[in-house]
Amino acid sequence: MTNIKRAVLAATVSVVALASAATADVKIAFIDPLSGPFGPSGDAAFTSYKLAFEKLNAAGGLNGEQVELTGYDNKISPKESLVQLQKAIDSGVRYVFQGNGSSVSAAIIDAVSKHNARNPGEEVLFLNYAAVTPAFTNEACSFWHFRFDAHADMKMNAITDYILARGDINKVYLIGQDYVFGEAVAAAAVKQLGEKNSAIEIVGNELHPLGKVKDFTPYIQKIQSSGAQAVITGNWGQDMVLLVKAAADSGLTIPFLTFYGGSVGAVAALGEGAMGTLYQVNEGITNLEASPEQYALIEEYKDRFPDYDYYYHRAFLAVDMLKAAAEKAGSTDPIAVANALEGLSINGAYGPITMRAEDHQAQQNLYISTVSDDVKYGVDNIKLGWKLVDGGSVSAASAEEPTTCKMERP
Amino acid sequence: METIVFSLLNGTIYGLLLFMLSSGLTLIFSMMGVLNFAHASFYMLGAYCAYTIMGVTNFWLALLLAPILVGAVGMGVERWGLRKVHANGHVAELLFTFGLAYLIDEVVKIIWGRTSVNYKVPESLDFTLFTLYGSNYPAYRIFILFVSIFMLVSLWYLLKKTRVGLIIQAALTHPHMVGHLGHNVPLVFMGVFGAGCALAGLAGVIGGNYFITDPAMAVQMGPIVFVVVVVGGLGSLEGAFVAAMLIGILQTSAVSINASFADIFGFLGMTATSEVGGITIASLAPMLPFLMLVLILIVKPTGLMGDREV
Repeated sequence: MTNIKRAVLAATVSVVALASAATADVKIAFIDPLSGPFGPSGDAAFTSYKLAFEKLNAAGGLNGEQVELTGYDNKISPKESLVQLQKAIDSGVRYVFQGNGSSVSAAIIDAVSKHNARNPGEEVLFLNYAAVTPAFTNEACSFWHFRFDAHADMKMNAITDYILARGDINKVYLIGQDYVFGEAVAAAAVKQLGEKNSAIEIVGNELHPLGKVKDFTPYIQKIQSSGAQAVITGNWGQDMVLLVKAAADSGLTIPFLTFYGGSVGAVAALGEGAMGTLYQVNEGITNLEASPEQYALIEEYKDRFPDYDYYYHRAFLAVDMLKAAAEKAGSTDPIAVANALEGLSINGAYGPITMRAEDHQAQQNLYISTVSDDVKYGVDNIKLGWKLVDGGSVSAASAEEPTTCKMERP
Repeated sequence: METIVFSLLNGTIYGLLLFMLSSGLTLIFSMMGVLNFAHASFYMLGAYCAYTIMGVTNFWLALLLAPILVGAVGMGVERWGLRKVHANGHVAELLFTFGLAYLIDEVVKIIWGRTSVNYKVPESLDFTLFTLYGSNYPAYRIFILFVSIFMLVSLWYLLKKTRVGLIIQAALTHPHMVGHLGHNVPLVFMGVFGAGCALAGLAGVIGGNYFITDPAMAVQMGPIVFVVVVVGGLGSLEGAFVAAMLIGILQTSAVSINASFADIFGFLGMTATSEVGGITIASLAPMLPFLMLVLILIVKPTGLMGDREV
């Protein structure tokens, strides 16, 4: 009897050992909110990475090695993120993806730099796909950090150019989340509007607590009484959805020029009212002309994750770039990959993307879009979807911004 | 002028919701002498139950059934949980409700997921009721106002004008005497606890789609409710009402004030570019209830209308 038990135990142990040996070539961590007010934002990105890495593994992996992706819930807290980061590093993770919340990213950049200085040979790379505070690729730049999303100044440039081109907006209201990112957005808007056209008046500049406001109606009524003709906001996640929901309830129908109007549920909250009032600037929308493979990818994503829409195009771009870099380096060692990533350029579905070597800021086309009912792909499971506005295409070259980064290389 | 009207209107609605939540809490407190830490969790349960019931039937049935369901859960908690713990004193009860809050949080996450659910305002109430100073006013807000006032009046009538209310009031202050007179005091306690939870559930049903229904709603609402109860005076319904309205209106109107510290204390030489001078009243809105709590405890530890120390 005891022998049989032992045999079963031994067999189980060996199966487990085999299973883990087969999957654990390269471990990659995804650290972002997977619960709470920003849970949908984190989860939508996590599902994008899941699909991207599944496809990568099926196509032969990262330079021939299979990738294992693990999600870590940081509850959008920098403190919790560091705990999760340590947990990930302890389990052998060498690449970390994170994006939601610049406050979190700042903490991770710092922790990763310290870890790499103390543990030579066990370096960790931080691949940032959405935290867009400009400082990360300027005065606070780090060799261990790569950003795959256009930063706040670049996006704001596209928005302010669009406001000038429209010509019918003279009063602008700025509202944002009260943390480093919201401050950066407001500062960029004030600076750029002032430099480009001093005739445009900023009638309000407001920051609200991050993820705590449940009812934006008082803010909306303030916007209404200010006589604003457009709102610029960097809000994302629940703060984006509730802001436009309150605007719709109060009958505020001026343009909302946003970074993250594509946050899950924002279009559904506005409904028909979103057409011509909700705008976003990002690196690509599903209703742009694209290859059949890209359309197939969009449809496969929707099929697999019906709660979300193909939104994090940059997640797929980041994985493609990582793959190209590993092949170029002929290795999956983080330092070799980081060196290969510098200056690397690949062709994305909506144009080329280049990782600028001097500051690790990706350069890519930006697109300004608004909501329309005449589209191929809807979002939020309704027929409304994102459509490019006239002249809304900003080439990578004109979206590029100078950097003050003086990078220290290992 | 329009700012004042809107602030008053929105503040009143928010205040009434707060009162609906805290009335149950303060009733339970006067009865057991223990703050129910899990109270806001029953608010969350109400919202989630309503969301599920609405998915199967309609909103009106949810409005009726969800509070009853939450009330039943509350009675169960009292009957099989709190009553047993009660024998071990107040600290044990406090810890019990504390643990219960976490338990409900996790159960909600397991059943309904970790992110918010799409609990919507019913279509029959999703229209603009009137336009005020160029701003649309949604009918659902006025609906909340009416439900809250209806609840307020019924509660007042029940407690002050009926025989049941008489027994409850007596049991709150002199439980042993009421017991000796032949009334079933444990049953009264269970009923009051259930009713308190049902009120929180009702607040969840109408507040869940007005705000947002997610697993964090209990944690975010909890502290405010305690502030209302403490500021109003522990165990005083009238106090809770005054405090809820005060906090509702204060918090809502603070958001619409653009003035910064520099504008107010400018005569002292404070400039808008300085660290403190740049702080606006609007950005202080979330802090105001807690500031009030601290001040009240310093000035009048029994709360606005309470008769016992915290």
